[in-house]
Amino acid sequence: MGFFEKLKNGLTKTRENIARSFDNVFTPNEIDDDFYEELEEILIMSDIGVSTTGNIIEELKARVKAQHIKTTDACRKVLMDSIKEQMTVPEDAYDFEKGKAVILVIGVNGVGKTTSIGKLAAIYKKEGKKVMMAAADTFRAAAGEQLSEWARRAGVDIIRGSDGQDPASVVFDALKAARARNADILICDTAGRLHNKKNLMEELKKIHRIIDKEYPEAARETLVVIDGTTGQNALLQAREFHEAAEATGIIMTKLDGTAKGGIAVAVESELNIPVKYIGVGEGIDDFERFDPETFVDAMFASAEL
Amino acid sequence: MAFESLTEKLQNVFKSLRSKGRLTEEDVKVALKEVKLALLEADVNFRVVKQFVKSVEERAVGADVMNGLNPGQMVIKIVNEEMVSLMGSETTEIKLQPGKAVTVIMMCGLQGAGKTTTAAKLAGKLKLKGKKCLLVAADVYRPAAIKQLEMNAEKQEVDFFSMGDKLSPVDISRAAIEHAAKNGHNVVFIDTAGRLQIDEEMMQELQDIKSNVEVHQTLLVVDAMTGQEAVNVAKTFDEKIGVDGVILSKMDGDARGGAALSVKAVTGKPILYVGMGEKLSDLEQFYPDRMASRILGMGDVLTLIEKAEAALDIDEDKEKEMSQKLRKGKFDFEDYLESMNQMRKMGGISSILGMMPGLGMGIKNQDLENAIDEKKMAQTEAIVLSMTKKERQNPEILNPSRKHRIAKGAGVDISEVNRLVKQFEQSRKMMKQLPGMMKGMGKKGRFRMPF
Repeated sequence: MGFFEKLKNGLTKTRENIARSFDNVFTPNEIDDDFYEELEEILIMSDIGVSTTGNIIEELKARVKAQHIKTTDACRKVLMDSIKEQMTVPEDAYDFEKGKAVILVIGVNGVGKTTSIGKLAAIYKKEGKKVMMAAADTFRAAAGEQLSEWARRAGVDIIRGSDGQDPASVVFDALKAARARNADILICDTAGRLHNKKNLMEELKKIHRIIDKEYPEAARETLVVIDGTTGQNALLQAREFHEAAEATGIIMTKLDGTAKGGIAVAVESELNIPVKYIGVGEGIDDFERFDPETFVDAMFASAEL
Repeated sequence: MAFESLTEKLQNVFKSLRSKGRLTEEDVKVALKEVKLALLEADVNFRVVKQFVKSVEERAVGADVMNGLNPGQMVIKIVNEEMVSLMGSETTEIKLQPGKAVTVIMMCGLQGAGKTTTAAKLAGKLKLKGKKCLLVAADVYRPAAIKQLEMNAEKQEVDFFSMGDKLSPVDISRAAIEHAAKNGHNVVFIDTAGRLQIDEEMMQELQDIKSNVEVHQTLLVVDAMTGQEAVNVAKTFDEKIGVDGVILSKMDGDARGGAALSVKAVTGKPILYVGMGEKLSDLEQFYPDRMASRILGMGDVLTLIEKAEAALDIDEDKEKEMSQKLRKGKFDFEDYLESMNQMRKMGGISSILGMMPGLGMGIKNQDLENAIDEKKMAQTEAIVLSMTKKERQNPEILNPSRKHRIAKGAGVDISEVNRLVKQFEQSRKMMKQLPGMMKGMGKKGRFRMPF
């Protein structure tokens, strides 16, 4: 099964309801206020959020006018194109993968940071890179064990601390090790933290500073992991994590459920942080670089397809 | 603080209502449109929002509101009441089997919802109530899930049961319950793996556990940050497995937690607890009414209104006189004293602040309490009380010698007296210059309500 299929299947099931609503709303008809209202409802139901939905609809209206579109069925493509354009990943988004890099993976509790790291490591390893992991989540019980298991599966080295050890010191050790062993990519796991806990965010800043100081020549990548089922709070999460650790990208996980992942559109639109990877399943291969084309197609795919 | 943003939103809505004498049908519509947006931004499910807004509108547009003393308050009241009734109107406890009988509790939910942590927290809670709990590791999929539960069990000093990750969750559960019966455990927690509600195989597994062992309570753990998806999750788990209660996790974040409303509205199942922190002890009882007024952020406005009504029995004439004086900038220290007394009748400044919307909670409250020091108020009052009646009525006559006497009488430095007199004169001038400002005092001319 191809990735698109998986994503579509993932986004299917009760996604069918949404797809059907889309099919309904785009059934050839005259464009009127009801059409926009229905569209608004569906977009909000996809977690795109009220304000981004408003922007999307304004944009659609403008294009409808400019392109002299008369019927609702023609709007589907216009709408999809407009969202695709917005979700386009910048060309230099993956530059960090080319040389030496340190990836810091952050996010709230339970979004799938550790799992994402396991899968990321597998991707890089497959591409022939020397990958290392740092288990800097010393807070959650057995987080280190969980990451070790992923390291074993991916066949990469891992640097661990003891439970309760200062996470920054684990990162410090890992940076030294990564240099000594000439690793290409070091991926650092961090403890899940709610973005409104000030001292935990300070801890992230500290880790950030240590990487800057100890390994300045490596490319820096800070990925915020966001659970695809999260609602509008994801905007606050992304914003706060960005402030604390200069997020350079988003990993969207758990898109294999029925959640539409519309929050990805909202984050991109409001904060301009690109989604770089998405996860659509439990398997080690169910994780890929983000492709707006595939994503938007899957999101808006017709129930008939 | 959870819900804070929704709170602010709703307050803005009601702020625009407050200036109006009476609500028209149009006003209700406008206000409810804002309420709808606010709820949507809080991730309350679209359909739930629709239903909610409709029921509020039905009640709000009509005689009740129009007859109310203050229409704005009436709408707040209705929104609040509907919210409470949506959330469930009473606190519910987990139903345990009577006496020493074993209660089997199955924890389920999506990945990352917080099942393992919540199971341990619950066990810790019940342990305090004298129950002997057993935590059973039935998540055989996630790497180190068993270890995580074991470590949490250790922290809570609760017994732990595992058979590794090679047996089926059904077999593990069965063996665990036997183990519990033999060892005198009262409550058995089965910690299952996180699963998607559309993963039929995994859902079957939960059904298998339920049909093979006697599960008394099935608890669904829902992440408070969940979006529109929350209804699908709750509905499917309830339909396929049967859910007895819901626990909301990660409520210590700043998610507005619309999921709480959605889940309750869709399943009708009670929300039992909310997870308020990372520590194992941070699991709190869920109070629907408290939660609703927190969502609304209206603090205890209604109580404030009642108190104010009871305390301030100022007759109309006196009020008129007062607002006349204010408008002309002619109020004196006597009036000042009078208004301070009124404040005190209402329970002092901090209690008023506490009841005020938007100030009722969080950091803001602390800031304000620091800013408005009640001791300072008492000092000010002492100064005013140390003046003679003549001085209070004619502040102009206050010369340095009089000020010295007043300072001594109040036990303060003369600079404090100077400051007060100066402030008083300034505010007098301001009142004169800004007659428009005083319109807000309305015909009641009393303490201006924030809505």
